[in-house]
Amino acid sequence: MHISPVLWQFLVKWLNASALFPREASTIAPYADALYFFLLLITVVGLALVGALIFGFSIRYRKEKHPVAVQVEGSTLLEATWTIIPLALFLIVFVWGALLYFRIYNPPTNAMNIYVVGKQWMWKAEHPGGQHEINALHVPTGVPVQLTMISQDVFHSFSIPDFRVKREVIPGRYSTVWFQATTPGTYHIFCTQYCGTNHSAMIGEVTVLTPDDYAKWTQESTSGMSLAQNGERLFASMGCNACHSGSAAARGPNLAGVYGSKLQLTNGSQVLVNDAYLRDAILNPSQHITAGYAPIMPTYQGQISEDGLIDLVEYIKAMQNNYRVQQTLTTSTSNQAAPTTPGMVKP
Amino acid sequence: MSATSHTIVNLPDQRTATIPKRNYLNNEDGLLSWLFTGDHKRIAILYLISITFFFFIGGAFAGLIRLELLTPQPDLVASDTYNKFFSMHGIVMIFLFLVPSVPATLGNFLIPIMIGAKDLAFPKVNLLSWYLYWIGGLFTMAALVLGGVDTGWTFTTPLSTHYLNTHVVTAATGVFIIGFSSIFTGLNFIVTLHRMRAPGMTWFRLPLFCWSNYAASILMVLGTPVLAITLVLVALERLVGIGVFDPTKGGDPLLFQHLFWFYSHPAVYIMILPGMGVISEVISTFSRKRVFGYTAVAFSSVAIALFGFFVWAHHMFIMGVSNYSALVFSLLTMLVAVPSAIKIFNWAFTLQKGSITFETPMLYAFGFLGLFTIGGMTGVFLGALGMDIHLTETYFIVAHFHFVMVGGMLMAFLAGIHFWWPKMTGRMYPESLSKLAAVTTFIGFNLTFLPQFILGYLGMPRRYHAYPPEFQVLNVLSTAGATVLGVGYMLPLLYLGWSLKYGAIAGNNPWQATGLEWQIQSPPLTENFIETPVVDHEAYDYEWLEHKTAQEVTTVG
Repeated sequence: MHISPVLWQFLVKWLNASALFPREASTIAPYADALYFFLLLITVVGLALVGALIFGFSIRYRKEKHPVAVQVEGSTLLEATWTIIPLALFLIVFVWGALLYFRIYNPPTNAMNIYVVGKQWMWKAEHPGGQHEINALHVPTGVPVQLTMISQDVFHSFSIPDFRVKREVIPGRYSTVWFQATTPGTYHIFCTQYCGTNHSAMIGEVTVLTPDDYAKWTQESTSGMSLAQNGERLFASMGCNACHSGSAAARGPNLAGVYGSKLQLTNGSQVLVNDAYLRDAILNPSQHITAGYAPIMPTYQGQISEDGLIDLVEYIKAMQNNYRVQQTLTTSTSNQAAPTTPGMVKP
Repeated sequence: MSATSHTIVNLPDQRTATIPKRNYLNNEDGLLSWLFTGDHKRIAILYLISITFFFFIGGAFAGLIRLELLTPQPDLVASDTYNKFFSMHGIVMIFLFLVPSVPATLGNFLIPIMIGAKDLAFPKVNLLSWYLYWIGGLFTMAALVLGGVDTGWTFTTPLSTHYLNTHVVTAATGVFIIGFSSIFTGLNFIVTLHRMRAPGMTWFRLPLFCWSNYAASILMVLGTPVLAITLVLVALERLVGIGVFDPTKGGDPLLFQHLFWFYSHPAVYIMILPGMGVISEVISTFSRKRVFGYTAVAFSSVAIALFGFFVWAHHMFIMGVSNYSALVFSLLTMLVAVPSAIKIFNWAFTLQKGSITFETPMLYAFGFLGLFTIGGMTGVFLGALGMDIHLTETYFIVAHFHFVMVGGMLMAFLAGIHFWWPKMTGRMYPESLSKLAAVTTFIGFNLTFLPQFILGYLGMPRRYHAYPPEFQVLNVLSTAGATVLGVGYMLPLLYLGWSLKYGAIAGNNPWQATGLEWQIQSPPLTENFIETPVVDHEAYDYEWLEHKTAQEVTTVG
């Protein structure tokens, strides 16, 4: 039989290009793979045991060899054996799996934060320094990177198989995941939660760079405005500064240094101010009234995008004092009307 | 077929044997006598025809999915069409095939006979459940014909409520109605098993098939209403925007996941438990031995049903549930795996010191044991928290639940259909052809789904219309396997149909099995028993059977 050399070449190339095991490109990957191989081992041993029992008994006690069955009631000892041994193995797996889970989902405190917004059907990454990417993510090796993610519409799920990490991206709620990349290269980003028509096109590439290359990339791709700077503009343009001015007579609480503090609310509860709290307090202010203030803040639901919220959160996070807020206030109370743009279409 | 030493098949002399003159099939004639029947056996046949119809519809979608995935590019159909394919495949296979498969056909047919009763407790409710099944089925078909639905079978919000323009409400109504069909079946089984057992048929003399159906019935009755409520909420959210799941209205999208999986995880056990019952019967019969550790197997069914209600959040480990609740649900998931392991070993040890023969039902049962072991063990992968992060929502999940649902449940269903076919129809299926089908199914199944485990670990997400080219080789293998599997499923349809007319006359008890159903004529009378049986022996008592047969011979001779 002859096979065309062209076809042969094609087949060889095709088979060589096919993947069988994902690359290990993060610090977590070897830990995940260790558990995977342990699980594979007990599966293979278990399957071999069941197979050996079935085939062994089938050969030994088939009708030709063993024409009359011997009735056996059961055996408490055997029942106990195959209850306790699997239980023990499963408990080992449970503990191991739990340790891995906490390792994957508890970010180190010094992790560098990148925001990711998922929407039908793309991933937007926003670096604090003002680099914006779509369906791409650049990260350095050797630095823990935390992703703070939110969806603008439906459930998505952010997955980097070669890093062995994945987390659901949920509408209306921040979720986080972290990793530390080890090997420069490009790796798949998949959306793994079914999200509508182009679910399978909601893919991207994470590019892992050496720290030097990363610094170069950061320099070259910045938009010139950091997220916090964007946030400062929004803070003024949405009129937040009118109440949150930080002065003693202000109608809203002082926001300088509020991030990371414990806040007493009017309903008596105490909350830790984090990204999620700030976002919620902007969207549903009536649920989060700081003790001592009147519930007068209007909701900003529907008036501000997730990207805008991220900018505001970044701004408030970085806010150490109210000096600049008061500066912007003085400017905005000037009686000069804002210049109109010629040919502007009213929305 | 001759009674050689390697088979237990014992057929009457074919030259003189006939199908009994009066039986449930010819008791009344005409279509109406079927459509208005209260006879549990006729309803079982109605169900059998219906679920077979839907199985092949769902199977056609599976074939189309595999055909599209032959190449990495999205080139066979548009993305929306592909999404409709897998949605319809899931909805049809789960709600219209797997959930009713064993309970509504074999369970309906056999439970009353196995416990020595004339019928189920509520024959009319039983018929109603079949009509509800069809009304639900028609709604689902309507959603399909009108243009399809692309939510996936999980109806995930807010996608299903705000972002899709397909026939979500029609399909959800279908599923809602089918839910009541399964509630009624479950209710009927529970009442029947409690109230209608023949004198002497104590709980611990019940065949294990009854125990596992009882456990599944509890799940159906307690779980399905939650699904119904959830679907109503989805419909209300979609139609009038009540804001239960919509975060912009103060709703919680995760609440839907909790409610949905509160039914849909136990539903997995609704699907597998009755299949486990079939396996107990088959393995015992073909090894001529009592099921090893009867009580352990019986109680493990109940344990699975109980624990099954408390593991739903293991579908949500990556969805931001609190780490501590994830811990609890992972631990409970590990516990629910133990009763399944117990069952596997008890079945394996039933073979020990038996006198084993290898007829088709036994081959399917062996297939079940192997595939269910893999399916169960890969469930432990997914129950392990840290491992689940990488594996969930990939083809690993797809392979895992197909091993349990198709490798487990469908193998068990086919084992059961072949095993009780002579009882239901009075005729034997062709043995060598059916063995070929069993082996074909096993090979085809493994070829289809084993590559998907590897794909899953590589990270290929489920429900993907297109995929990176380096995954193609494994996908081609999987599609090739699906083709073989398709042949394996077509064969029984053909030869079982053939056997209705040309199969050998089976006689009362071709397998020399011990259940009450094998002590009456095949096909049975409408009233099942001429006189109410009095049970004075345990299930799987082959010595009792031998004794009884010996006596019959003396009386006749």
